Amino acid sequence: MRGAGAATFNRRYFILTAVSAAGGLLVGITADPDDARAATIARQPWNDNDSAPHEIDAWIAINPDDSILIRYQRSEMGQGSMTALPMIIAEELQCDWSKVRIEYASANRSVRENRVYGDMFSHGSMSVRQSQKKMQQVGASARERLIAAAATRWHVAASECVAVQSVVTHRPSGRALRYGQLAADAAKIKLAAEPAIKTPAQFTFIPRSIPRVDLVHKTDGSARFGMDAQVPGMVFAAINACPVRGGKLKSVDESVLSGTPGIVGVVKLENAVAVVATGTFWRAKRALSRLQPEWDVGAAGSVDSGQLSAQFRSALTEPKAVTARNDGDVERAFSDATRMFEAIYETPYLSHSPMEPMNATVNLQPDRLDVWVGTQDAEAALGAAARFSGLKPEQVHIHNAFLGGGFGRRDANDDIAQAIAIAKVVKQPVKLVWTREEDTRQDRFRPHAVVGFKAAVDAKGMPIAWSMRVVTSSIFQTVGIPFPADKAEPPAVDTLESNGYEVPNTRVEVLLKNTHLPVWFYRAPGGNQHVFAIESFLDEIASASGIDPYQMRRKLLRGKPDWLKVLDSAAEKGDWGKPLPRGSGRGIAICTFTDSLCAQVAEVTVKPDGHLKVNRVTVALDTRHMVNPQTVVEQAQSSVIFGLSAALYGKITIKDGAAVQGNFDTYRMVRLADAPKIDVHLMPSGGPVWGGAGEPAVPPVAAAVANAIFAATGKRIRTLPITDTDLRS
Amino acid sequence: MITIDVNGVSRQIDIEPDTPLLWVLRDVIGLTGTKFGCGIAQCGACTVHINGAAMRSCSVPIGALDGAKVVTIEGLSPDNNHPVQRAWIEEGVPQCGYCQSGQIMAVTAFLKISARPTDADIDANITNICRCGTYEALRRAIHRAADLMKS
Repeated sequence: MRGAGAATFNRRYFILTAVSAAGGLLVGITADPDDARAATIARQPWNDNDSAPHEIDAWIAINPDDSILIRYQRSEMGQGSMTALPMIIAEELQCDWSKVRIEYASANRSVRENRVYGDMFSHGSMSVRQSQKKMQQVGASARERLIAAAATRWHVAASECVAVQSVVTHRPSGRALRYGQLAADAAKIKLAAEPAIKTPAQFTFIPRSIPRVDLVHKTDGSARFGMDAQVPGMVFAAINACPVRGGKLKSVDESVLSGTPGIVGVVKLENAVAVVATGTFWRAKRALSRLQPEWDVGAAGSVDSGQLSAQFRSALTEPKAVTARNDGDVERAFSDATRMFEAIYETPYLSHSPMEPMNATVNLQPDRLDVWVGTQDAEAALGAAARFSGLKPEQVHIHNAFLGGGFGRRDANDDIAQAIAIAKVVKQPVKLVWTREEDTRQDRFRPHAVVGFKAAVDAKGMPIAWSMRVVTSSIFQTVGIPFPADKAEPPAVDTLESNGYEVPNTRVEVLLKNTHLPVWFYRAPGGNQHVFAIESFLDEIASASGIDPYQMRRKLLRGKPDWLKVLDSAAEKGDWGKPLPRGSGRGIAICTFTDSLCAQVAEVTVKPDGHLKVNRVTVALDTRHMVNPQTVVEQAQSSVIFGLSAALYGKITIKDGAAVQGNFDTYRMVRLADAPKIDVHLMPSGGPVWGGAGEPAVPPVAAAVANAIFAATGKRIRTLPITDTDLRS
Repeated sequence: MITIDVNGVSRQIDIEPDTPLLWVLRDVIGLTGTKFGCGIAQCGACTVHINGAAMRSCSVPIGALDGAKVVTIEGLSPDNNHPVQRAWIEEGVPQCGYCQSGQIMAVTAFLKISARPTDADIDANITNICRCGTYEALRRAIHRAADLMKS
């Protein structure tokens, strides 16, 4: 942290844009020497002792040697908020970042101390934007108490004192005291009123690109994930739940395992069978594979993807949809129209498939439960573990670890429920690990969705009316979030309802059809499928009207400078309109998601044999504000790859009621050779609202790529994944 | 009884011979830096060096390794200063980090046989999955590591 922080940001930001304009990369800029003095964390991010000496409050402890402990209440799953949130505290605390150590806040303490850490979840790109004011207040409050402690000691007015770089100075006399000398007094001070927090214009430390605090531990194998929990005396469990969701375990013949060394036992749950073994997880997994459980699957056992698709498509004409948005008079515009367009877009179930399969390690004792797990919501995990075990919440300790990816999957607590159920039977500490196949098939899936569009255009070919009806499943119902049936569930219509286009007659409807398959939040819920649909459909209209797709979007976004800025940047940096060889094409797409704006231009080449290569994706992203721009760039790149895996390959097929794909051989992911060059251009526009960073670049990529394929080949992709379409010319 | 050398330490392993090396490393020896991702040699999260070559340890039975020298991420360098690790830090590659042990071990072995790789060489040889999509930084880090190893 330097006195000239704001100037530094401006200079750095100039460097960022200058580098990107030259066609280079935004990340990988050389860190300033000061930045090398980074804050630290332990390789094990949790601390079994949830109160520390020298606490100012539950968030901050300052030791006599000036070292500072900052607690982080969310979940680090790669998105970087374990660095970003303490940076916001440091901004207000006016502390020396190199003296900061970060660890997870304890959910147990939050339970005991009246939810002192508030919400602890990481989803909805909310870690930063939902915590930013609170983090600022935490830092500002501690800073003012440190200043008050110094002022009291000097018998001067607090207003004559300033705090900079972990030192309080009395300006008139020049006397100074370090935070470590003041912390004990500051801890006893109660402020008459909470201090005002800084406006973004007053920030001196953020936004700043600095290395993430978990970086080093993730290059030497020492970072502890839930999978890495080691508890003395623990045994290992492998599990196989009924492949048809909702089915029950009928019977299983355990006798095939008799005499197998190291088997602790077979545990039968209502809907699953688990094998518990000593020594290695492999023993449990191999033994489990020898069991042939019989399941009672009911009617769901005859469901397949073809039926579900037909059901969803036929529901497009059912009369009972819920209206999410209704501008103007769509029906009248349709009846007056000279030219109409119609199309149906379909996106399949997807598995989250984080690199770290689901797992949980539990030590269940009569009066205490310890759970080692990577969870996106330690507080909810604690509550669930208390219910499953029958213990009181204050008796449950969640040791949250680094998460080997989350993407929305790691907050269902189904792994914890199973581990506790098994521990109740074997009465030993248990590490439960799901195989990759279990992780894929027992996922709570990204919903299957069908969107039916109709549009009318004016004489110039511009849309003057459009309707869109979604048929999908209710995430809220699976999760258990109460929601009125006559209102449109937000994730079911997100990015359709919030499309930015000035089409005077717009109607968005949704019809929810739940199946036996549980559906769940999945990185950029709603947007991750609906932007593909609406942005492709708009492209169809542009093409048929003979209007450049970028120019059509510009016209429909007139009067919206923030949208236009993002769109224009993507087009300019993505070389929109520049010549390409035959067989290559560019596509463009834009959306708003989590209060951010993102536009992308994709450039693809399709060979005559149908081989598709996504060469390049240009991303323009407006998150309104930023804490650590380097992490925002990383999240944008991550989002593009995540969205691209889904667009190109992602599909969970249902056969006889069960998910067919099980591992990465059949559920394919983008690898290095498939990865396009990704240029990210950040353009935070400020304002009162903070946008998310982890998700908004997911939705546009499928549409940008599909539109590029159309430009290259004339083939319109209306169903994902793209590899299901024959692209041969 | 199988004798293997893991990171310079000789280990006597008494376990079913079909147990994959991955689970010996993680559950028997307690070296958890090597990760389980798929169990079928698809993702590469479990990559280690066996007699100097990058192998996916989830699919190598311990019974085939008597006398083998195994190096895991924990044994790659004494203080995290292998050029590949330095390149990973300088380029800020990891996000969730779960696949990165395997990525680093795969790249380390690859650069020994291809000191100046082109992008096409990298595409053909580094096939580990990163679900966070760190490929942009990963590719830069591979080139940087090649530079560091040369200098």
